[in-house]
Amino acid sequence: MAQKGRTTFKEDICKGCGLCVSVCPVKIIALEEIEINRKGYHPAGIKEMEKCIACQNCALICPDLVITVEKL
Amino acid sequence: MTVVFERTTGLTEVETHYCPGCTHGIIHRLVAEVLVELDILDDTIGVCPVGCSVLAYKYFNCDMQQAAHGRAPAVATGAKRVHPDKFVFTYQGDGDLASIGTAEIVHAAHRGEKISTIFVNNAIYGMTGGQMAPTTLIGQKATTAPYGRDEETMGMPLRMSEMLATIDGAKFVERVSVDTPANIRKAKRAIKKCFQVQLEGKGFGIVEVLSTCPTNWGLTPVESLKWLKENMIPYYPLGNFKSPEEVE
Amino acid sequence: MEKVLMKGNEAVCAAAIAAGCKYFFGYPITPQNEIPEYMARELPKVGGTFIQAESEVAAINMVYGAAGAGARVMTSSSSPGVALKQEGISYCAGAELPAVIVNMMRGGPGLGSIQPSQTDYFQATRGGGNGDYKTLVLAPADVQELVDLTIEGFDKADYYRNPVMILGDGFIGQMMEPVVFKDRSDVELPEKPWATSGTKGERKPNIINSLYLGAEELEEHNIHLQAKYAEMAKNEVKVESFGLEDAELVIAAYGTTSRICKTAISKLEKEGYKVGLIRPISLWPYPFNEFEKINDDCKGVLTVEMNTGQMTDDVQIALNGRMPSYFYGRTGGMAPTPEEIVNKVKEILGGDR
Repeated sequence: MAQKGRTTFKEDICKGCGLCVSVCPVKIIALEEIEINRKGYHPAGIKEMEKCIACQNCALICPDLVITVEKL
Repeated sequence: MTVVFERTTGLTEVETHYCPGCTHGIIHRLVAEVLVELDILDDTIGVCPVGCSVLAYKYFNCDMQQAAHGRAPAVATGAKRVHPDKFVFTYQGDGDLASIGTAEIVHAAHRGEKISTIFVNNAIYGMTGGQMAPTTLIGQKATTAPYGRDEETMGMPLRMSEMLATIDGAKFVERVSVDTPANIRKAKRAIKKCFQVQLEGKGFGIVEVLSTCPTNWGLTPVESLKWLKENMIPYYPLGNFKSPEEVE
Repeated sequence: MEKVLMKGNEAVCAAAIAAGCKYFFGYPITPQNEIPEYMARELPKVGGTFIQAESEVAAINMVYGAAGAGARVMTSSSSPGVALKQEGISYCAGAELPAVIVNMMRGGPGLGSIQPSQTDYFQATRGGGNGDYKTLVLAPADVQELVDLTIEGFDKADYYRNPVMILGDGFIGQMMEPVVFKDRSDVELPEKPWATSGTKGERKPNIINSLYLGAEELEEHNIHLQAKYAEMAKNEVKVESFGLEDAELVIAAYGTTSRICKTAISKLEKEGYKVGLIRPISLWPYPFNEFEKINDDCKGVLTVEMNTGQMTDDVQIALNGRMPSYFYGRTGGMAPTPEEIVNKVKEILGGDR
C-alpha cells in the first residue's frame, strides 16, 4: 500500500489512552511499550508510517489533541 | 503535502486535566473547531459548569464565565441579554444539567433564550468520584448506588433531550455520541447546526453528547467506548429531536 | 430638581435606572413585588431588560452573568428569597462582580410573615453565603436615603467590584415620601476591561471565576479580597449620631426603627432625659468608632431592632465591655412603639423622674 499520509504525535502530551490505536484501520498505531513520557504515560506512535492512509480517525478520537495529519 | 488535521486555535495551549481516554477532550475540540469555522470565537462568551468540566475556562480560547453548579443557563442568560450580538454557549455535565440545574435548563429553553448548550452525558458524577447521576443506567453501579441503580427506589434514567424537545422555546435538540470517528463527525455537524440556530436568532439549542468516564466506570478507555455503544445508545437513542426547517 | 412623591419600592427602581442600571432579574415575593413590576414596566423604555426568573437562585445567577458581561445590574427580594440568593452572592463576591441586591426584609424564620422586620441583619452583615466575604450593606431610614444609597451603591459596587446590599425593613418599601433625584447627566459609567464581552481578537480571553484549586492560589485570592474589604471598612462607614457627649443613655438603631427611636428620644428629652442616638447607615462596614464618642458617664447603649437582637452583637463589640448593652425589639410586623422605647429607657435609667 502506498503511503498517503503522515501522522505526527506530540508524544509529550499523550495520555496513553489507546483510543487512536483502536480506531486505526491499518493497525499501524501502537503505544510505546517501554518508554514513558514526561506525564508518565506510554505514548502512542506510528511504526510503519508508509502504511498511513491519512484517514484522520486517530486524530478525530484523540481527546488530547496529540495528533496532526498531513496528506501526501 | 497538506495538513488535513491539526490542533484548533479555538482551544488554548493548556493541557486538560481530564483522565486518559475521557471523551470530554473530544467534545471540547469539536466545540472549539465549530467556533473557529463559524468565525465567532472572538465574539463568544462561554459558560462552564461545576463538575469535570469546571476548568473548561482554561481550555476554550474565548471569554469565559465559571458558573455555580447547575446555573450555567441562568448565567448565560444574563450574559446574552447584555450582549445579544455575541454568541453565548454553556458546557454542562449530567449532574449539573440533569440534576441540580434542571430548573435553569428547562426555563432557559422555555424562554427561548438564544443560547446554545453542550450537554455531556456520561451517566455518572465524574469529578466527585463516581456517584449516581440522574442519567445513570438501570443496574449500573455508582458509589452512591453500590448495588446498581434500581428503578423502584431511584427511578428510571432521565432522558433530557426528549424532555427538552417538548418545550416550544427549544428550537434545536439533538443527541449524538463520540464513540466512533463516524459519530464524532456527526456530533460536530450537530454542534454546528445548533450554533447556527443561535446565530440566526431562532432560539434555544442543545446538543446532548453521550460521553465516557473510564475512571468511574472502571473500564479501559477502549472498553468504555464499547460500553457506551452497547448500553447507553440503546437507552439514549441518537438523532435529532427538533430542528428548525431552515437548518435542516 | 423637582420633588416627586414615591413609594420606596418604586423609588429604589427609579434610583437604579438613574444610576445606569439596565438589567433586572427577579422573582416575585411579598413585600417587594412593586420592584419587579416597576422594572418590567420601565426598563424596556430605557433599552434595558427585565426577566422574571424561574427562582431567586436563577435570578442571582443571571445577575452574575450580566455583571460578568459588564452591565450594571440589580435584583431584589425579601428575606426567604434573599436566603436563596446567597449562593450567587457568594459567587459574585468570589468572582469580584459588582451588583446591587435589595432586601426588603419580612418576618422570619422560615416563611415567617409578610410584615416588615429587620431579621436579616446577621444574614446581610455576616456574609449569608459560604466563604470569607463581605458585601457593603446599606440601611436607609427614609425614601430619600433609599434613593441616594441605591445610586451610590451602584458606584461603590463598580469601584470595589463587589456586591452591595440595600437592606430595607419592609416599611421603607411600602411608605410614600417626597424624593429628589440629583442630576447625574455628567456621570460617566466606569470602563470594565475585565468583563466578558468577546475578545474581538484584540485581547486575551477574560475569565469570570471564583475557583482557585491550588491552595496557595486560593489563599492569595482571599488575601486580596480581605485587603479590599479592609479598604472598604476604612472608607465606607456611614453613620448618623447625636448627643453622645452628654447622653445618659444612647440608643443604637437603624432603618425605620431609628425614626421611631428619634420620636422616643424627643419625648424623653421633654421629660428631662438626655438620650443620644447612633444610627448606622452602613451596617457593614459597621461604625464601631462612633461608639468611642460616647461619654464615660453614660449608663449604656440600648439597641432597638425589629428582631430579637442581632445588631446587639456589633454594639457589644464596639463597646468592648466599656458600658452595659441593653436590647429592646419586636418581630415581624410588630414595630416597637415610641412609648415602649420610652418605657424601656426609663426602666434602664431607674424609673420616672
